[in-house]
Amino acid sequence: MAGATAINLVERALLVSIQDDITDTEILELQDRLSTRIAQNRIDGVILDISALEIVDTFVGRVIAQLAGISKLLAAETYVVGMRPTVAVTLVELGMYLPEIRTALSLTHALDQLRRL
Amino acid sequence: MPSTSYAAFDASDLGNATLLSQIKLRSSGDAVTARQAVSRYMKEQGVSALKITRFATAVSEIARNALVHAGGGEFSIYVDRGRRRLSVVCWDKGPGITDVPLALSDGYTTAGGLGRGLGGAQRLAARFEIRTAPGAGTSVMMGVDL
Repeated sequence: MAGATAINLVERALLVSIQDDITDTEILELQDRLSTRIAQNRIDGVILDISALEIVDTFVGRVIAQLAGISKLLAAETYVVGMRPTVAVTLVELGMYLPEIRTALSLTHALDQLRRL
Repeated sequence: MPSTSYAAFDASDLGNATLLSQIKLRSSGDAVTARQAVSRYMKEQGVSALKITRFATAVSEIARNALVHAGGGEFSIYVDRGRRRLSVVCWDKGPGITDVPLALSDGYTTAGGLGRGLGGAQRLAARFEIRTAPGAGTSVMMGVDL
């Protein structure tokens, strides 16, 4: 992957699009940068766009859950948008229900829910 | 623990299958390469998106296991064109697994993970076999019909 994953500020939320070929090192680095930004920018929410992810295995699932946990402690909600239906089916088969995260079908939907907080 | 030997899976276990590609697993990027190679081939063969996602996820889990528990290994993709079957073998020289049924049960972990990886891979792959010996390593074979 070329360079670090971009973190964009949209209204009072941080938008992150995760690429399919992201490595473990990059994911952990993203977790670090994102938590710093949440605290600095007084963010209400984090929106993780995972539409590019062909798969979510237990490692990536755990990182997403941890990210949601960190955000929550820093008073921000995490929304996952763009999960492919095949990924949802597979995650349930893996036994990963990700109760900590809120899912939204689209970015608009996630922003809508954040405005109502 | 004394090192015992075991017969890792190789081409002889796969009948008429031919080796499609072989990927050395050294970092998590190689695990990505391995599962992308598998899904690319399945896509070319017209396999359904769900079947690809399930199998590619299983591939990712076993490739990651080799990296986490053994520091790396080797991943091979075989195809049996006659039977329209794709098989993968992931092999490492790690500590091996002492109790396979326990390692396959959900919630059991030695590496601080979720303990769902190996059992999850078994559920997601149509065929799943494991050979291991304590101190010698682990070899996992998984297969899917194309």
